[in-house]
Amino acid sequence: MQQKDIKRLTLYLLFAPFVLWIFLLILLPHIGMVILSLREKIAPRVYEFGLGNYIDFINEPIYWNTLLRTGSMSLLVTALALIIGFPIAYYIAKIAGNRSRGGLFLLCLIPLWVSDLIRAFGWILLLRETGVISTFLLSYGIIETPIEFLYNDAAVVVGLVYTVILFMIVPLVSTLDGMDNSMIEAGYNLGGNSFTVMRRIIIPYAMPGIVSGCIVVFMLTAGSYLTPILLGGKNSSWFTEQIYDQFITRFNWESGAAFGFLLLAFTSIVIWLGLKLSGQTLANTVAKS
Amino acid sequence: MHMKTTVASLLAATMLMGAGSAQAETLRLLTWGSYAPEELVQKFEEEYPDIDVEVTFSNNEEMIAKLRATGGAGFDLAQPSHDRIHAAQLEYDIYKPMDLSKIDTDVMSPSLLEGVKANTTIDGEVYAVPHQWGTSGLMADKSVAPDFAGWDDLCDPQYKGKTSMRLKRTILLGTAFAMGEDPFAAYADLDKYQEILDKVADKLIECKANIKAYWKGGDDLSAMMLSGEIVASETWDSTAYKLFNQNENIVFVPPKTGALAWIDTFALPRKAKADDAAYKWINFVLRPENVTIMSASTGAIASVKGAKDLLPDDKKAAVNAAFTDADIDNLKFFANIPPGVEDMEGKTLEKIKAATGG
Repeated sequence: MQQKDIKRLTLYLLFAPFVLWIFLLILLPHIGMVILSLREKIAPRVYEFGLGNYIDFINEPIYWNTLLRTGSMSLLVTALALIIGFPIAYYIAKIAGNRSRGGLFLLCLIPLWVSDLIRAFGWILLLRETGVISTFLLSYGIIETPIEFLYNDAAVVVGLVYTVILFMIVPLVSTLDGMDNSMIEAGYNLGGNSFTVMRRIIIPYAMPGIVSGCIVVFMLTAGSYLTPILLGGKNSSWFTEQIYDQFITRFNWESGAAFGFLLLAFTSIVIWLGLKLSGQTLANTVAKS
Repeated sequence: MHMKTTVASLLAATMLMGAGSAQAETLRLLTWGSYAPEELVQKFEEEYPDIDVEVTFSNNEEMIAKLRATGGAGFDLAQPSHDRIHAAQLEYDIYKPMDLSKIDTDVMSPSLLEGVKANTTIDGEVYAVPHQWGTSGLMADKSVAPDFAGWDDLCDPQYKGKTSMRLKRTILLGTAFAMGEDPFAAYADLDKYQEILDKVADKLIECKANIKAYWKGGDDLSAMMLSGEIVASETWDSTAYKLFNQNENIVFVPPKTGALAWIDTFALPRKAKADDAAYKWINFVLRPENVTIMSASTGAIASVKGAKDLLPDDKKAAVNAAFTDADIDNLKFFANIPPGVEDMEGKTLEKIKAATGG
């Protein structure tokens, strides 16, 4: 009896930080944001309950265009991260020897030791008109006049892929690691070529890792702020910037809160669609890897 | 309005070991980057050993957002610009009235003091006094853009891809003046102001192809200007003065329609807890010897009598290279922002940013 009580108490104590964290830092602020987003500003210090902020969003093409733009660019970044990350993960998990594996993994981790901001500034130094790449090409006579690589959407995509690729590689490595090599051998023994083995054996096996990597990368990208702001050009709007502007520049917390929820809803729908299309569930992807 | 990286607000806690006495007081300053130089903070704490100074660096928008979040608590002295007091107070009730008898108003420049008082008086109570003032205008590299003189020159095709601006309200106002309008006068008639904004938006969208990139903070602007990637830009004067020290060809150019002048003020947050310490700090930085230290750090001119002579030598040279007396007479002081205008300007800026011009 006493033993059981102690066990239960231990369980409660172990769970307490998690529950407190979820409730105080996630649920409570979000409830506050919902209430805020449903307030309409009538006059100074006068507010009314209503859906006005959401209606404003629908009526203003600039806002939903920015949201769609952010969404499609995030999908592009996710796809690129997968295409670049998969071979790396496969090499680390299956081809590299036991000793070099740790070293390779470390190499992937190192960029994460510096902050987002410093990494963005690194890209700025490389890409700007008087930056490393342009100067290098110029000095070897490959180009005639300095080229500006910075301040466009390509720079934003490159910077984002670099920032998030690790979150693609880690789940992929852990899934591929669990795959028995004999499965691949069996595929070859049964007469499959590299392509069939890849398509019929490796990818289906790695699917949970692919899906969870894609979910994390997509969420991180759609919610990123620094990289698109610093590397983006005059036409590169990002939805998080829109939210910041509403809150800070326009003092319009009500519509900023509504925008925050729209971003949350939008990314959730995209991920739900992705799961449906790939026939996966959250339980056997993110929860597993 | 300056020297502030765009990146989230930088928190610099300057806590010196106090005497540790029981009644040690903390003065929590909410101010601009460089408005509380280490040297002055130390000097202040030596003079008043029972006061600890804690500094948080911010900008106008973030100051108001921070104070709004707490209803005016968490800080003892804030330094928003003079045009950000009236509407913010009416809307969010975040400041409290000042007791002018506790401040050495005699040393302040009378015109600036009266100007700020006029801007920040609500129901007969004064909510702010001036601290430092400066201007927003243009800067140009005189060796390659010698004729650069007006806001609209940013859109001149001969500088295609070589100019920059910050996509904030300053450029809207500057462009409006360059088009022969008076946006401040139109504040009284918001329909008229919307018309002006629409014209300005068309002009700036057309101009997008001419701009290299919109700068976001003093640092990226400086890098673009010093590397020669751009030859001219909209700027704060203090940023231009700093660059002048490194390259004498880069000078601040007061636009021919008048540079836009701002005054950063002292204001007490509504739930401030250390008013006496705040008044001590205000009077402390008004002293001539401290004004010089402050201006060396901020690059702005203090709102005291004879402030220009109190500038450090390098800044004095930069100011003299930029301003004639006629330019000073031509200054356009930012008018109070009435409620609603921020939203209109915000929409216009979004429209410009979203347009695919170039």
